[in-house]
Amino acid sequence: MTALGHMLRRREAGIALMIVLFCLAVGAYKPQFLTLDSARIILLLTPLIMIGAMGQMLVILARHVDLSMGSMMALAAMASGMMFRYAPEIWWPLGFVLSIGVGMALGLVNGLLVTVFRLPAIIVTLGTLNLYRGLTFIMSDAKQIDRQYVPSALKAMSQTSPILGIPWIIFMSFGVALLTWWFVTHTRLGRQIYALGSNPVAAPLRGIDVTRVTLIVFVISGALSGLAGIMYASRWGFVNPSNTGNGFEFQVIAAVVIGGVSINGGVGTVLGTVLGVILLGCVAAALPLLGIPGTTQNAIYGSVILVALLIDRLVRLQGQRSMLRGARI
Amino acid sequence: MTAHPPQTAVTRDAAPPRPGWHVALVRPETMTFVLLIIGIIAGSQLSEFFLDINYILKSFTISSEFAIVALVLTMVIIAGEIDLSPAANMALSACLFAWVQDAGLGMPLAIAVGLGAGLLMGLFNGVMVIALELPSIIVTFGTLILYWGLAQVIAGDKSIRVPEWFIGIDKIMVAGIPLPVVIFVVLSLLLGLVLGMTIFGRQIYLVGTNEEAAKHAGIRTRRIKMTLFILMGLASAVAGLMTASRLGSVRYDLGLGGELQMVLMAMLGGTYIFGGRGTILGTFLAAWLLVIVSTGMIVANVLPAWQLCVLGVLLIVSIIATNFIYSRTQR
Amino acid sequence: MTAQITPPVPSDPILSARGISKQFAGIEVLSDVDLDLMPGEIHALLGENGAGKSTFAKIVAGVHRPTRGSLKLNGKAVEVTSPIVAQRLGITLIHQEPISFPDLSVAENLVLGLQDGGALSRVPWAEMERDARRLMDLLGVDIDVTRTMRGLSIADQQMVEIARALASDSRLIIMDEPTAPLTPREVATLFAIARRLRDEGRTIVFISHRLEEVRALCDRVTIFRDGAKVATDSIANLTDADIIRLMIGRPLKEYMHKVGTTISEVALQVTGLGRAGLFRDISFSVRRGEIVGLGGLVGAGRTDVARALFGVAPADTGRIEVNGREVRITDPAQAIALGLAFVPEDRAQAGIFRSLSVEQNISAAVPGRIAPQGIIRRSLEKALAQQSVAKLSIRLATLRQPIGDLSGGNQQKAILARWLLTDPQVLILDEPTRGIDIGVKAEFYDMIGQLAADGRAILLISSELPELLALCDRVLVMAEGQLTAELPRGVATQETIMQAAVPRNTAREEVA
Repeated sequence: MTALGHMLRRREAGIALMIVLFCLAVGAYKPQFLTLDSARIILLLTPLIMIGAMGQMLVILARHVDLSMGSMMALAAMASGMMFRYAPEIWWPLGFVLSIGVGMALGLVNGLLVTVFRLPAIIVTLGTLNLYRGLTFIMSDAKQIDRQYVPSALKAMSQTSPILGIPWIIFMSFGVALLTWWFVTHTRLGRQIYALGSNPVAAPLRGIDVTRVTLIVFVISGALSGLAGIMYASRWGFVNPSNTGNGFEFQVIAAVVIGGVSINGGVGTVLGTVLGVILLGCVAAALPLLGIPGTTQNAIYGSVILVALLIDRLVRLQGQRSMLRGARI
Repeated sequence: MTAHPPQTAVTRDAAPPRPGWHVALVRPETMTFVLLIIGIIAGSQLSEFFLDINYILKSFTISSEFAIVALVLTMVIIAGEIDLSPAANMALSACLFAWVQDAGLGMPLAIAVGLGAGLLMGLFNGVMVIALELPSIIVTFGTLILYWGLAQVIAGDKSIRVPEWFIGIDKIMVAGIPLPVVIFVVLSLLLGLVLGMTIFGRQIYLVGTNEEAAKHAGIRTRRIKMTLFILMGLASAVAGLMTASRLGSVRYDLGLGGELQMVLMAMLGGTYIFGGRGTILGTFLAAWLLVIVSTGMIVANVLPAWQLCVLGVLLIVSIIATNFIYSRTQR
Repeated sequence: MTAQITPPVPSDPILSARGISKQFAGIEVLSDVDLDLMPGEIHALLGENGAGKSTFAKIVAGVHRPTRGSLKLNGKAVEVTSPIVAQRLGITLIHQEPISFPDLSVAENLVLGLQDGGALSRVPWAEMERDARRLMDLLGVDIDVTRTMRGLSIADQQMVEIARALASDSRLIIMDEPTAPLTPREVATLFAIARRLRDEGRTIVFISHRLEEVRALCDRVTIFRDGAKVATDSIANLTDADIIRLMIGRPLKEYMHKVGTTISEVALQVTGLGRAGLFRDISFSVRRGEIVGLGGLVGAGRTDVARALFGVAPADTGRIEVNGREVRITDPAQAIALGLAFVPEDRAQAGIFRSLSVEQNISAAVPGRIAPQGIIRRSLEKALAQQSVAKLSIRLATLRQPIGDLSGGNQQKAILARWLLTDPQVLILDEPTRGIDIGVKAEFYDMIGQLAADGRAILLISSELPELLALCDRVLVMAEGQLTAELPRGVATQETIMQAAVPRNTAREEVA
């Protein structure tokens, strides 16, 4: 095994190392980056991306991709926001139920289009990205849900903390990650997602219902987008039909591929994805400190995705070569 | 020595041919054309604006940049690839152009920088897809974000003015027709001829239908695809500069979301998402159809948001319809 | 080692097949096969390519459904509707290329699809790995069950599949040409395991081309020919000559023999051609007016040599000379420019453009002849296509119809027509008559003979021995990536070709 192969095997260790090196480098220049306060800033940047990344990871593991996450998030958040506006007295946790439910329904539509009509997921979700965004505008009459309508208990989740000054939503996002970890490593369905992405042709030969598994990953992706939506309302205190979730899919896909999830399916871990999210959070937190304008973020996401594609390709080439070496006449 | 053996042999050796009317009419372009006619009739019921050709032309001008790129995109999709980055390419090449001329570079050079940048972006897509054998759909999604992000880096949140004389391509009339529309029509004719009548065009269909068989037939498939990606980059840059001229200033979000409209024009025109089928005529008709639809919605005072929904739904429905028509005509 | 003669098993068959038939697209590939498999035996299925042995195995294992016929397992009628059903019934098929999920662990690959329980039931990792380790120990192989399948050798992947058969307690294990990708040592390990499984009372079905292996391992053998079973007997009762005769024993049909032509100078000379992992040290020549056959079993490397000559997957060593000049061919366009043409074996994948018209298919390789200045002239294209259709009597309705509407034989004629338009000096035909009606085949033989008579050099790859014997001036035979024989007309017989085509373990030892 070459050094490169070895490093790629240890993708998680590599990302962890990158996080440390990045923080040290920034810290050497701006010491205030290495304080607890900035750790808190970093953590506060991550929960929504973390939750979205878990959904996207499942979709990519199954060899698909979901571009509509940001729009699902907006529509789900808007649904709850409007509920709060029309019925301010309503029990606020119902917002979670509504948002997740809306997200699941939208994810199901994506999944059905992909499975029933056998269309490429990237094109389907490019279409629904616009469709769901448009529906958000229509439903909300293009009006923002302002701060006063978002229940204060919901907003408090982003400010109050059960322990160590770490707000609830951060615990929630790690909770989702933990749950996803359990799901993909300890349930049969979770392993079937890996199997499907690893060898879609052979999957039915091993009794895997490809349609069902595909539908499920899209529904989960929708559900987690919905959860991210209600948490957006909690974190920012408003829901805006055009800003909420805009560009969310870029961040999420970038985090997932940095985390070592292969765009060819079958490869990736929750730990890697979590580290990918944190690395993105570090970068986002460091930019203003370093005086780099926030406008560079999209360029960073784009390059990250392309570099991850290249690394993936190198790994595959290596695999092919070692197979050739193994073959004999 | 006869090429037409008795009827009995035909039924065994080859499926009977589809009747002529079937070949001529059961094709996606027909669907596009019928929808276009319906759109015009419905529109004219809605408002007499629709009977005013100048109004339609003026509306079309706004979409003409996307429509121009969609023509090239049609060829890329027929060749079995896709490019999601052209709108971002438009933004980046326009930003680069505006930025260097704002920094004092002469206009001819600035235009060359803009066009050259577009070409390089197309080349980069091509290298990633062809030399590195990565799927174009993912590569160009990555470059969509990258190019758009770089445009943001260059332009920031500001908008950059372009010189007075460069502004107003949409105000130039050629025989009463706005110049962008003229460019679109001329390019449609040109590319239609290239795709329909030249060997290059024929080989695009061959490559998209069966790349392996095309390689075996001695067709240089990689060269064809690379040419198309580069053309795509160049067309995007031209469209970017045209947009800059029409708007009079450049911001990073120029052309934002255009990839949807471009893919939609190609799909609505009957280009087959999996390659090998489609025509420039279809995309030409689809571009007009799309303009009629969105103009109709504006005239009918439909919320702009509905347009997003309609575009999204149209994209999915047109792919499904096209796939259905092709599955009907193919055994 | 002395094979212990297992006494005739007195018990009832574990599997009885009755009247098993299978049609693909209306063509019968298997007809009325009756076969009883006994517990505790290793049973070989032998036959030429396409004789039906693999199809039979796949029907038993639930990969295909039979068109007619019934299966009884332990005396009970069963419907094997899918591979998973087969596995639950205790029937495991091990493919030559094992099914593997490269990103899952060995232990997971071992049990995937075998456990009961719902989607959210827990994956019992510890238990699963313990069981997997136990099975590996039982098989006596040393594979870390916690590693991923990616990078595991084919032999180890086979072991995982065998362990999988044990995990589902399969009583019937079918191995489809398992030894082809293995080293001699790996083969020995596999055989030891197969014998142990037999001694436990399981039934092993062993599909192979290698007579030595069959003789060393198997108790009984069933021979297939042309989709039918021709014999089942104890291996001890059959000599190698008997087996070969049974495999090829179809009556020699009198094909149109090649018209006498003058064989002149060398058109294609190949020296020491090789490509890593596929073939090596291939040297031969083909003269103008000559038809040289290239025989051998599927997987012997014949198609790879053809693809290398045509630049589809270029060789990494050796020389190619065309008309006496050394050339480098790295791309089909170069090959075409040098006067080569190649009708590939897999028509659907590498030959036709299914949705495009017959006309467009015929003209695909001669852009210069339909578009002298880059602009296609329909009249030229139409004329060329019409000439081709008349010359090869391609039967179609119109030139504009999609080629996918034509029958296989007429599609193949159109491909041949495409290549004749390039006026090739060297024509490589890879299984040109596969999947074609008998009547059309005869037309092809006429055409091939005529092409040679026109002074073209022809390299004909074929698995059909009568075809090679009837048409070729010389027959080259490949086995396992190397040339094993060159047989002039007269010396070449079905027996001599088969003998050279069947791999020898001795030859394999030298390589290893």
